[in-house]
Amino acid sequence: VSDSNFSLLVFITFSVRSQDIRNTVGNIPMEWYKDYPHIGYDLEGKKIFKPIRNKDELDEFLDKMENPDYWRTVQDKMTGADIRLSDEQVDLVHRLQQGKFGDVNFNEYEPAIDFFSNEVMIHPVTNRPQDKRSFIPSLIEKEKVGKLVHAIKMGWIKPRRPKETTPQYYDLWAKEDPNSILGRHKMHVPAPKMKLPGHEESYNPPPEYLLSEEERLAWEQQDPEYRKLSFLPQKFACLRAVPAYSRFIHERFERCLDLYLCPRQRKMRVNVNPEDLIPKLPKPKDLQPFPTTQSLVYRGHSSLVRSISVSPSGQWLVSGSDDCTVRFWEVSTARCLKTVEVGGAVKGVAWNPNPSICLVAVSYDDTVVLLNPGLGDRLVCTATDQLISSYEEPEEVMDQSVQWAVAEGEGHEQGHRLILKHPKTVRQVTWHGKGDYLACVMPDNGSSLQVVIHQVSKRRTQNPFRKNKGLVQCVSFHPIRPYFFVATQRYVRVYNLIKQELTKKLMANCKWISSMAIHPGGDNVICGSYDCRLAWFDLDLSTKPYKVLRHHKKALRSVAYHRHYPLFASGSDDGSVIVCHGMVYNDLLQNPLIVPVKVLKGHTITHDLGVLDVTFHPTQPWVFSSGADGTVRLFT
Amino acid sequence: MGGLQKKKYESGSATNYVSRNKARKKLSLSLADFRRLCILKGIYPHEPKHKKKVNKGSTAPRTFYLLKDIRFLLHEPVVGKFREYKIFVRKLRKAYGKAEWSGVKRMKENKPVYKLDHIIKERYPTFIDALRDVDDALSMCFLFSTFARTGKCHVQTIQLCRRLGVEWMNYIIDLRSLRKVFLSIKGIYYQAEVLGQTITWIVPYQFAHDHPTDVDYRVMATFTELYTTLLGFVNFRLYQTLNLVYPPKLDGQGEFNLKSTCEEDYALESESYSEKLSALSASLARTVPLVEDEEAEPDHFPAEGVSERQKCQKTLKKLFEGLKFFLNREVPRESLAFLIRCFGGQVSWDKSLCIGSTYDETDEMITHHIVDRPTINKQYINRYYIQPQWVYDCVNAKILLPVEEYFLGVTLPPHLSPFVEESEGDYVPPEKLKLLALQRGEKPREEEDDQIQFCLPQRLSVKVTPGKVKQENRMRTEQEEKAEEKRLAIMMMKKKEKYLYDKIMFGKKRNVREVSLLRNRCHFTIVCAFFCKFKNTIE
Repeated sequence: VSDSNFSLLVFITFSVRSQDIRNTVGNIPMEWYKDYPHIGYDLEGKKIFKPIRNKDELDEFLDKMENPDYWRTVQDKMTGADIRLSDEQVDLVHRLQQGKFGDVNFNEYEPAIDFFSNEVMIHPVTNRPQDKRSFIPSLIEKEKVGKLVHAIKMGWIKPRRPKETTPQYYDLWAKEDPNSILGRHKMHVPAPKMKLPGHEESYNPPPEYLLSEEERLAWEQQDPEYRKLSFLPQKFACLRAVPAYSRFIHERFERCLDLYLCPRQRKMRVNVNPEDLIPKLPKPKDLQPFPTTQSLVYRGHSSLVRSISVSPSGQWLVSGSDDCTVRFWEVSTARCLKTVEVGGAVKGVAWNPNPSICLVAVSYDDTVVLLNPGLGDRLVCTATDQLISSYEEPEEVMDQSVQWAVAEGEGHEQGHRLILKHPKTVRQVTWHGKGDYLACVMPDNGSSLQVVIHQVSKRRTQNPFRKNKGLVQCVSFHPIRPYFFVATQRYVRVYNLIKQELTKKLMANCKWISSMAIHPGGDNVICGSYDCRLAWFDLDLSTKPYKVLRHHKKALRSVAYHRHYPLFASGSDDGSVIVCHGMVYNDLLQNPLIVPVKVLKGHTITHDLGVLDVTFHPTQPWVFSSGADGTVRLFT
Repeated sequence: MGGLQKKKYESGSATNYVSRNKARKKLSLSLADFRRLCILKGIYPHEPKHKKKVNKGSTAPRTFYLLKDIRFLLHEPVVGKFREYKIFVRKLRKAYGKAEWSGVKRMKENKPVYKLDHIIKERYPTFIDALRDVDDALSMCFLFSTFARTGKCHVQTIQLCRRLGVEWMNYIIDLRSLRKVFLSIKGIYYQAEVLGQTITWIVPYQFAHDHPTDVDYRVMATFTELYTTLLGFVNFRLYQTLNLVYPPKLDGQGEFNLKSTCEEDYALESESYSEKLSALSASLARTVPLVEDEEAEPDHFPAEGVSERQKCQKTLKKLFEGLKFFLNREVPRESLAFLIRCFGGQVSWDKSLCIGSTYDETDEMITHHIVDRPTINKQYINRYYIQPQWVYDCVNAKILLPVEEYFLGVTLPPHLSPFVEESEGDYVPPEKLKLLALQRGEKPREEEDDQIQFCLPQRLSVKVTPGKVKQENRMRTEQEEKAEEKRLAIMMMKKKEKYLYDKIMFGKKRNVREVSLLRNRCHFTIVCAFFCKFKNTIE
């Protein structure tokens, strides 16, 4: 017996067995008695005790297996006793389960007798006499009807007009009034029409418009907003096979949203020919001479060549490298004439610009060595040696931050003449045009001793600045006038050495200046920076760059001007040297003309470094470049 | 410099625009009502030129309406109706709560309604303006007319949409102004030219809709309300220009033809007339009877180009004249009947398929039988059995295409979009080239077989020739020089111009890439097909 019929059964059994023991608790939930030993009270008010039940699961199971009447045994909730249902009771349960009446003899299909039919019978169905009010007409109703009749007669009440269900259309534009075209209509921005479908939307497109497997996957992974096509092109063999488009309602809805929510604006579409955007520049052919091809490669260094310099005669080239050597080359033959070993990675070399002196300044670690290579005219070399040895100690010894020492022994054999010990690492050395003064840069943030100027003839050192603002990157002397250029990270400061004051501060508009070069005329400066820019300053014009070129792909390492020709070059980490024509006119009204003329490539990129230094030949339109691949190259 | 200091944001563009919330407050409308009003009156947000100025210094994303637009909405009578409706709903709810059923009935009878006639007139002061905007209205009406009669919107709306759609199609048939048609995977696009305006609309395929849950049907219903009004007036005016009776009536002959069929099988008495109209098989009654012979030639002599175009259109109008079509039951009946009747053909279908069939399948005069199944059992000799795409392709090509490629069970040629106009440098699919050649009157040559003949010996006779000393190519060096010059000049561009230039070049390169991709794929498929054919011939 299923559980659903259990309560029913209880009721039946209760009624059957009520003659033996009557529980007087009434129709209450029997679990109220679950904690008591009794289960209710009989007619005399005595407790009915629960029958002792000590059957466990196993007993229950055995009972189920062995007792043939187990299925018709139920528990009486009122007494707690087990009752075996008789055959009639089981039959009754079955009938009720099937939704039949409990009574076997009840006929549910008896013919219905309609007592209250339309046929008038001679006898009334009920014996009740009729009310009086059913004989007398109602006064209230009469009054109401009378009022309505009067209202209808007077025309106060009219029958309700039939409702228009379909809208009525007429010729709305029968008389088109030109005055009705208001300013609004002229201001109106009509919504653009929907895009017309292309071949790919066809149900049977040409096969080339179908997406390949990878494209399909990419399409599925793309954000719906960024998809180029809003649907996947599909091909169906026949029109019958085309299914409904699932996003049709969506697309209509989106169109509706566009129409009333999308802000509109009139936009002028620029129809530009890209060729017109390219500036018209003079042809490089007309701006010759400039270096065009790589003609010589100077091999010998085993590590990066940080710095190169050409002798004022243009016959010799010096290069300093990370392999702790300085090499001297003959320019025209690429022959290494001399190799001088120094005590550290060479950071900078600079040939004395004075043609009557043969001296090369070499900086490594915290030392600057003045070398006499002994190349070229013997007279000049000996004159230089004499000049250095003719120095006489002054009377009073000044306390200097830099120690000057004369090289002796093996060093002297190699060409070392003077050794200058600095307190910090020297990064750059540069000569004044006359060849007597030598400036050294010791970059150190916040220190007052970043730039020192040495006077070789008097072996004197001076610190020109009491205080340096920022990290000094490089310095340079003005070729003609007593000016001194100091480039920090962001600015180039121009000092007047005689008046000892700041004359100009150039804003480079770049993040980190790497190098600087002064035009031989002295009025123009170029700055290369690590953020791929080259800034050209015209000192007469402004303190902001006259032109910024972003022609390199990577950081610029070095820039240089030619001494005679209107050329400048820049070397960069992308391994290229770009030579530009930079014409400066004497006429103050005419701005400099800058035209890139040649991209020179030759250096291989090693450790993400390309060209480290560029310099021009003093007389010829040739450019030298040194690279991270350990070579120096000459482009002519 | 006397005078008071000018305050910021108190003049100029900051005062010309209002944000949506401010506008709503000014009109004292709920957001839903404001939206409805904007839709009906065609008010849309504007993108100010200087957004930060208008936004009073803030850069928060905000939509702006023109203040003039909002002022214009202030005196709209529909706003009053909206308020009345709000009150009506409140009263009705109260009556329901009190179970005053007679009151509910009375109120429902007096439900406030509004008309949009004046709005249409105001938005579109001239008829041409209205015609210009009829694209979206048509698409929407055709979509709504395919909705089931339960749920998403009122049954009356659906019936009205259907009625207007049928009226429009009947008008287009009568004017014979359909120009292009396209079977896309989304639905069927039609393009017609009415009074010099090109009107494009899309009709979904006849399937039950799977209604999305993320679509606001109230917005759609408001648009439909507006569009049905617009379309009704447009239809009325268009029917008037053609001297047709509005609401449309079938002309005497057509009515007689249709009478004979047992119409009570299909529709109730009340609906049978509209059903017959929507069958699109009979012409409409006119207020002024049409003179049978040709329309009088215009007196003036137009320019040569124009006359050429007119001539072309005239022939297009009679594209299917004299042809008798029979539609099998699996093809889209309405679309094809519309198309064929638009180009002067006769069309019929099985009597049991739809009301309004004019002749039987057994008719001897039938020239084309449109079938969309691989084979058909009983075939008549004197007619072509073709797939439905032929009709669509013919319309787009403006000529009767050869039927061979469209026979039953044949792989169909691709169906191209007639809306694509290739400019120089765009990819043109080979099928289009073939079609253009056909239109010019050239005979389609058996180019594939030719190719086989042509290609085979060439491909096999591969040999190695002795190398030659490469001459210095002057042209090449010159070109290289030019290229380098350009590259150097690009270096000198200003940042702004460089950006624009890069953008343009990027777009150009992308186009070129896409075209070359398509071309490669096309070539690949041709080669594949060729090899398959080759293999078959060998076997």
